[in-house]
Amino acid sequence: MNPTMIAFNSADLVTLAPEIFLLGATCAILLIDLFLKPGQRHITHVLALLALAGTAGLLWQDADAPRVYAFNGMFIRDGVAGLLKLFIVLTTALVFLYSRSYMRERKLLVGEFYLLLLFATLGMMLLVSAGSLVTVYVGLELLTLSSYALVALNRESTLSSEAAIKYFVLGALASGMLLYGMSMLYGATGTLDLARINALADLSAAAPHRTLLAFGLVFLVVGIGFKLGAAPFHMWLPDVYHGAPTSITLFISSGSKLAAVGMAYRLLEGALGTMHTDWTTMLSVLAVLSLAVGNVIAIAQTNLKRMLAYSTISHIGFLLLGFINGTAAGIAAAVFYMICYALMATAAFGVMMLLARAGFEAEEIDDFKGLNRRNPWYAGMMAITMFSLAGIPPLFGFFAKLMVLKVVIDAGHLWLAIVAIIFAIIGLFYYLRVVKVMYFDPPADEAALALPADLPFRWALSLNALALVVMGVAWSPLLDWCNQALAASVPLPP
Amino acid sequence: MPASHLLSLLIWLPIVGAIAVLVFGRQAQTARWLALAFAAATFACSLPLWTGYDTSGPVMQFVENLPWIGALHANYALGADGISVALIVLTTFAHLLVVIGSWGQIKDRVPLYMAALLGMEGVLVGVFAATDALLFYVFFEAMLIPMFIMIGVWGGPRRIYATLKFFIYTFFGSIFMLIALIYLHLKTGEFSLAAFANAPLSSKEQAWLFFAFVAGFAIKVPMWPVHTWLPDAHVEAPAGGSIILAAIMLKVGGYGFIRFSLPITPDASLEYAWVMIAASLIAIVYIGHVALVQPDLKKLIAYSSVAHMAFVTLGTFIALALVRDAGNAAGARLGIQGAMVQMISHGFVSGALFACIGIMYERMHTRMIKDYGGIGHVMPWFGAFWVLFAMANCGLPGTSGFVGEFMVIMASFQDQPMIAFVAAYTLIIGAGYSLWLVKRIIYGPVANDHVAAMQPLDMREWIVLAAFALGVLAVGVYPKFLTDLMEPAVQQIVSQLGQAKV
Repeated sequence: MNPTMIAFNSADLVTLAPEIFLLGATCAILLIDLFLKPGQRHITHVLALLALAGTAGLLWQDADAPRVYAFNGMFIRDGVAGLLKLFIVLTTALVFLYSRSYMRERKLLVGEFYLLLLFATLGMMLLVSAGSLVTVYVGLELLTLSSYALVALNRESTLSSEAAIKYFVLGALASGMLLYGMSMLYGATGTLDLARINALADLSAAAPHRTLLAFGLVFLVVGIGFKLGAAPFHMWLPDVYHGAPTSITLFISSGSKLAAVGMAYRLLEGALGTMHTDWTTMLSVLAVLSLAVGNVIAIAQTNLKRMLAYSTISHIGFLLLGFINGTAAGIAAAVFYMICYALMATAAFGVMMLLARAGFEAEEIDDFKGLNRRNPWYAGMMAITMFSLAGIPPLFGFFAKLMVLKVVIDAGHLWLAIVAIIFAIIGLFYYLRVVKVMYFDPPADEAALALPADLPFRWALSLNALALVVMGVAWSPLLDWCNQALAASVPLPP
Repeated sequence: MPASHLLSLLIWLPIVGAIAVLVFGRQAQTARWLALAFAAATFACSLPLWTGYDTSGPVMQFVENLPWIGALHANYALGADGISVALIVLTTFAHLLVVIGSWGQIKDRVPLYMAALLGMEGVLVGVFAATDALLFYVFFEAMLIPMFIMIGVWGGPRRIYATLKFFIYTFFGSIFMLIALIYLHLKTGEFSLAAFANAPLSSKEQAWLFFAFVAGFAIKVPMWPVHTWLPDAHVEAPAGGSIILAAIMLKVGGYGFIRFSLPITPDASLEYAWVMIAASLIAIVYIGHVALVQPDLKKLIAYSSVAHMAFVTLGTFIALALVRDAGNAAGARLGIQGAMVQMISHGFVSGALFACIGIMYERMHTRMIKDYGGIGHVMPWFGAFWVLFAMANCGLPGTSGFVGEFMVIMASFQDQPMIAFVAAYTLIIGAGYSLWLVKRIIYGPVANDHVAAMQPLDMREWIVLAAFALGVLAVGVYPKFLTDLMEPAVQQIVSQLGQAKV
């Protein structure tokens, strides 16, 4: 792996097969969509799902393969990447399934919706497989530029435009921070390759670049904090969640968070693993702040999307706790947590989209009043999701919290574990309030709800929520998968 | 022992029943019959547990062990000793009666109610049967969900306040226990209770773990001063919810002390036994007085529950003091046996009293004592039952209430006569609030036209009260069947208590 020699190896193309397939399929869909009439959008829908299915199939083939580098270390295919990519593709597929009737009713079911999401997915896949600072940045920009446009998809809504501008300005700032940090790392080590940065980072006190590295690290952590939405870099999150069409909120809260975890893993563990005592301290500060800000402010929200935005912030806090001992088991717990959170977020926003009819957004918590009388099945699904988000056993969310708490206590940070559970108790209140509204309050209107007759959506949503119950019993295989993926990838070879 | 899946059956049969009721019970009447069928089947299946338990055999029987989470070495491990068997049979018995008792009382969203009830039953059996700490914790927390729904949907006017308080309060306690369990897991590498009990722990570790367990269990019992959620939850809960809460859920706390605190942290338990004993005595005396002045029937019985459950914690921790300080194993056995008998007895008595209140409430729609009077004239059978349960509540010999309290007082006397003296005060104050209550609502002239119009007990209500009465008298007259059943388990606990870990 000589960085000065740029050699093309055709075997690299095989390593990148899922990405290349997705890119080819997306370009084909782009062309096909040009010739479709608005009434034929279902063809785009089916093709997009097929493209994702094909990508998932290719990913599944190499899920257990050992780590492979491609293009002179620019690209890494390993267990973590495979795991995260599969779930990224899954959540994107769920976004498509859930969005069809919602977007059609709002006249937003345009070809761009599919194309931008597919490009964002490609960006996420690149990001979690990044082996060099350049790939990280390219993947990230592909993801975020697509996301900005997606948030603004509803051009007539001032709320959406405001959210998109906010997202864009703050996102650009975060990218700037990240780039600045990257340039410092490059300055200190003279390489863009993550593994080589890790090997060359000289941490002895007398080393000339110690300060430079530390500054670079700070900027990287700030950038990662922005992308994840950790406090105090969370300001964009509630507005974007609130302003974006719910389909896009769903995407930002699930797939894109999975990719952000992958990025954090590549940058912190992959490039700066030797400095983990420095970054664990920073992350624990971010974690505690996120837990506090997320859980406390969520109580005051009356809008469910904003409440879930603050809930995301608190979950990011929990997730960061998984990183704090810098071991494979810890990051495995964080990845496990994020997968769990992505499933819960898709279920929660899915129910909101199901209940939303044209001209009526089921966004305020009061809109859910008496849902149990109007539609007991989906009230049950929402209740499962809320209890799971609150971390009540036997649901999946509890076990994700359990694994992170185990990591934290194992690392000797008992006080952090206690802070985390105290905020979990505070958080319990606002999740219970949603259940309370659905089950205990009388409905404003007794009539049964007219739900969209979109059967794939309804089936997928029910399966999504029931998965939270099933995974509560049978979460062992997923945990083993996370552990194996991480154990094979940490520590990174030089 | 041949492989047995009896415990799994008892856990999953009601849970399957809950799903069946939700799916097939669109009609209220279908839901009721379906729930009755499942509750009756579960009760019938729990009887072999009792008859099949071999008191000369190993302590844990009906053992099941399947790997659950390989990475954590947590297993789906079930097993029952005499204590678990007694509590499981009490659980299935009480649930069957609640299904019968709620027949006409619940008219709104019947399938959901019955499903919550059956789900609760499976989870509670799971709590008493789990021998793996993670599995125990999962069941321990899972029981909050059905009770939350039950109080919140079918409760009284302040139900939302009560149910949120109930949920958050108990969750607050148990999550500290979770930290303790994770700590023990990291220490031992597995989650089995047996491994936890054998783990060597320093006295400082034990103290932290002990208080983490206390946070979880004391709130469940509930002990003074963390009992404040109970009166609210009881007052607002529907009758069936109150019965389950008082008869079974509170027992989980007492069970937890015996299963977790004593074996895992024996030295810390001994060191802080005085705290627990003092809190128990305060509960007995102070909460007894609080019960005396309640104007609300349900609140009165709720406070009396707190006072009676204090005997469970008193018996448990006095046993520790006895065996360690005086080497008095016989006295310690008496204390633990007393605590256990008190749990079972309180299950019958408080369950019966809440069932009675449910019957009264259904007719009068008030829980205020002042609205009643002279019920004995219009509902003679009901009056007779009420007097019996009130007598059991104040510990009349011949009823179950006497046995447990007497054993605990005897054990306390062997340790410290002053403790016995204070504990025995319950006999006076208990008689005070129970008999005064009887006087005010059963005796005397018929208070008003509403009372005069009260319908006598129907067949269904009569069966429920008679079944509870049978339990009260059986334990009161011949407690030996219960103490024999629990003896091996109690002996094992006492012998474990004798060994210091530090």
